[in-house]
Amino acid sequence: MKIDILQHNLVPEHVILSDEEAEKVLLENDFEADEIPKILPTDPVIKAIGAKEGDLIQITGKSETAGIFTKYRIVRK
Amino acid sequence: MKGIIKKVSEIDFGLMSPETIRKMSVTKIVTPDTYDEDGYPIEAGLMDPRLGVIDPGLKCRTCGSKGGDCQGHFGHINFARPVIHVGFADTIHKILRSTCRKCGRVLLNETEKLEYHDRLQSRIDAGEDISRILKQIHLSAKKEKCPYCEEEQEEIKIDKPISLVEGNYKLTASEVRERLETIPEEDYIYIGINPKVARPEWMVLTVLPVPPVTVRPSITLETGERSEDDLTHKLVDILRINQRLKENMEAGAPQLIVEDLWELLQYHVTTYFDNEASGVPPARHRSGRPLKTLAQRLKGKEGRFRSNLAGKRVNFSARTVISPDPTLSINEVGVPEMIAKEVTVPIAVTEWNIDKMKEYINNGPDVHPGANYIIRPDGRKIRVYDETKETVIENLEPGYIVERHIIDGDIVLFNRQPSLHRMSMMAHEVRVLPYKTFRLNLCVCPPYNADFDGDEMNMHVFQTPEARAEANDIMKVQEHILSPRYGGPIIGAIHDHITGAYLLTHKDTVFEEDKAFQIIKRSKMELPEAKGRPWTGKEIFSLLLPDKLNLVYKAEICRKCEECKQRDCEYDAYVVISNGELLQGVVDDKGYGSGSGKILDAIVKQFSPSDARYFLDHGTKLAVFGGVMQRGFTTGTADEEIPKEAEDRIAELLERSDRRVEQLIEAYENNELEALPGRSLRETLEMKIMQVLGEARDNTGVIAEHYFTTNNSAVIMALTGARGSMLNLTQIATCVGQQAVRGGRINRGYIDRTLPHFHKGDVGSKASGFVHSSYKKGLDPLEFFFHAMGGREGLVDTAIRTAQSGYMQRRLVNALHDLSVHEDGTVRDNKGTIIQFKYGEDGINPAKSDYGAVANLDRLIEEMRLEDSRASK
Repeated sequence: MKIDILQHNLVPEHVILSDEEAEKVLLENDFEADEIPKILPTDPVIKAIGAKEGDLIQITGKSETAGIFTKYRIVRK
Repeated sequence: MKGIIKKVSEIDFGLMSPETIRKMSVTKIVTPDTYDEDGYPIEAGLMDPRLGVIDPGLKCRTCGSKGGDCQGHFGHINFARPVIHVGFADTIHKILRSTCRKCGRVLLNETEKLEYHDRLQSRIDAGEDISRILKQIHLSAKKEKCPYCEEEQEEIKIDKPISLVEGNYKLTASEVRERLETIPEEDYIYIGINPKVARPEWMVLTVLPVPPVTVRPSITLETGERSEDDLTHKLVDILRINQRLKENMEAGAPQLIVEDLWELLQYHVTTYFDNEASGVPPARHRSGRPLKTLAQRLKGKEGRFRSNLAGKRVNFSARTVISPDPTLSINEVGVPEMIAKEVTVPIAVTEWNIDKMKEYINNGPDVHPGANYIIRPDGRKIRVYDETKETVIENLEPGYIVERHIIDGDIVLFNRQPSLHRMSMMAHEVRVLPYKTFRLNLCVCPPYNADFDGDEMNMHVFQTPEARAEANDIMKVQEHILSPRYGGPIIGAIHDHITGAYLLTHKDTVFEEDKAFQIIKRSKMELPEAKGRPWTGKEIFSLLLPDKLNLVYKAEICRKCEECKQRDCEYDAYVVISNGELLQGVVDDKGYGSGSGKILDAIVKQFSPSDARYFLDHGTKLAVFGGVMQRGFTTGTADEEIPKEAEDRIAELLERSDRRVEQLIEAYENNELEALPGRSLRETLEMKIMQVLGEARDNTGVIAEHYFTTNNSAVIMALTGARGSMLNLTQIATCVGQQAVRGGRINRGYIDRTLPHFHKGDVGSKASGFVHSSYKKGLDPLEFFFHAMGGREGLVDTAIRTAQSGYMQRRLVNALHDLSVHEDGTVRDNKGTIIQFKYGEDGINPAKSDYGAVANLDRLIEEMRLEDSRASK
């Protein structure tokens, strides 16, 4: 039996950002691409959503302190 | 050697080749003696003058610099036979196991080699770790036959620490070296050796570097006798055996003797490197003390790394016993005069302070506000003596620096180990006081976790104006009243302060006006306008509160009634402060105690740390002079006295629960007990008994509480949160209750019983550690024994917990110490990589938050309402 891990309640929402969106996020927050933490291409969620190396991923999940929190990862080995 | 500045561009870690050792050596050492009869060092001996000089007068024979400037030069010893280096015995064993015993090639076939080579090379090029691949190779490079020369392989075992045994034959160091030599260079990569910096055969020593005398200085005792360093002793041993071995070999001595000597040489070289290697008896000094050789110099807490490189000693510091002084401000520290005269502050002399400085110098080093040293503009440091101070004063002019004693108002750093959080080191203002202990205000005990049962603390004196300014702004005690751990005050009133404030703000406390003014004056507060009528305690306390303070909260003494009557609270536990006026409620632990003080918390957050400091300094005094000292306060076992009738009720209650336990056991034995879901019958019984006995103890408490009155000192302390708890009191007065080991009733000791005083299988209350007696009445021997069992477990647990949490904290700090919060709110490491996109994900500084939350809406609304009602009046 195969389970869709994206439906699991502990897996936060992962969104692949388009190049323009990614550009915008970096520009607005004054982040350099190499300052953003990596997420492995072998990560189960990354494989499930089909992200490629170099993609910027937006992760929106529950936070104990802030309620909802958005963070970014770059798919990198 | 002097004045050459070079930049380190890269560091290679490798092995030293015999050639390099010989090349850097200035002399060959052959003689095992150090000095001749006249006390001169012997040439080619261990103290050969070419190895460098220590005496400042002499010139080095090798480099020509004077003693102190010459850092020494290595010599070398040629071994008669090769010797295995202890530190590499494991590596050698691993290499031998994965290489062929005949042709030396790594036991991998071509395809395996190709695959591993690619993986290794890509990792090496990327500068990544290859140890995991090497581990894999080590596991797979095991063949019964060499794939290249078809040689049958035999298993090689290591006999700790240094003997390598193949089958039943013990390999000699020469044989090991020969095998390592045959390994072809292109195979080095598979055994994790970089051919540019190391060769495996160098792990078997043929020549030993002799460290310069500066590394192993000899000391001259008062008797004129010379005492050599442990390393020198060890080198003498090595040389002596080496010489004998060489002579025996040349003389063609029997193989057996040569081998014995060789073994001995191996032992000496091994202990020279590491005298604590397992399986080797440590080499000892004549006195029987084990020698401190190379590994011991570096290893462990007292080794070079932890003791000399990671931990350095400092000047301008002091340490002594601490004691309390309630008259000091929380910002202050009392410094004994003896210490004040020893540690100094450098002050630049200007035309404006020159007279003051002259006064200090005139006082000299032995009179308190004096000076110990002056530093001339050319950098020369001159000690101030009574004899020379006149000339020093004459020459003094702007541009000089005077190192004067610390005086009242100087800022110093105060610290108590273990320094677990930032409040363990805070800046205090100096107050020079008589006697020999550091004095501190009681309110700063909680952050330092200090008490006065002999605790010692350290003080450090800042040496630059920048340090002083920074300390004053961010390290002062008042800046740390709020803990970043939970957003509440950690510095606050304790013990008698809380009792005192309770007594002062109690409903019934009223003072005649003159008495009230005496209390206010004694607390060093400004005298208010006279009212012409008696003052209530609440009115006196209100003088401390800032005019604009509005606050509503429930005090510690709150009984947590089902329905809160709020302002009509019959216990005066509902505190209302309106525009700086304590309208109702008592001030206790919840009010201004360390850890939970609401008023204190509000003053820091809404006003300023300075206001909070004022509140604490004078609030504690007010509590002591106006509360505790007006009424008098004492406690003793009389406070836990309960009437006979209560005792009877308790005895009856305990008897009833004992019967209930008996019934449960009976039901269990007759199989009438119904098991709880997920529990066995036995577990169910145990749980039910625990429940019954727990209830019994609680109920005895309820009975006792019924007889305790609120003018009982012990009860006041327990209810206000000053010290002790209701549980403590009921344990003293009524019944100590169940003793537990490993979270359950006591069930260990003898077979099927806890003590031989019981029948086998007895699981009744008495037999399983329920203490019916009270502490006051006293425990019977059996109860005492069970109590000791439970008590011991508690002690062991705390010991283990501190050790575990200490190690965990060390690892955490190591992992996190480079992280910082940047201006844009991100948390980044030292490379600028983002660790967290917003600090704590909400960007809140917990020290500035409302007990961790952004805001407490209910409280804000209530306070606004108060402000409103006042404004409309």
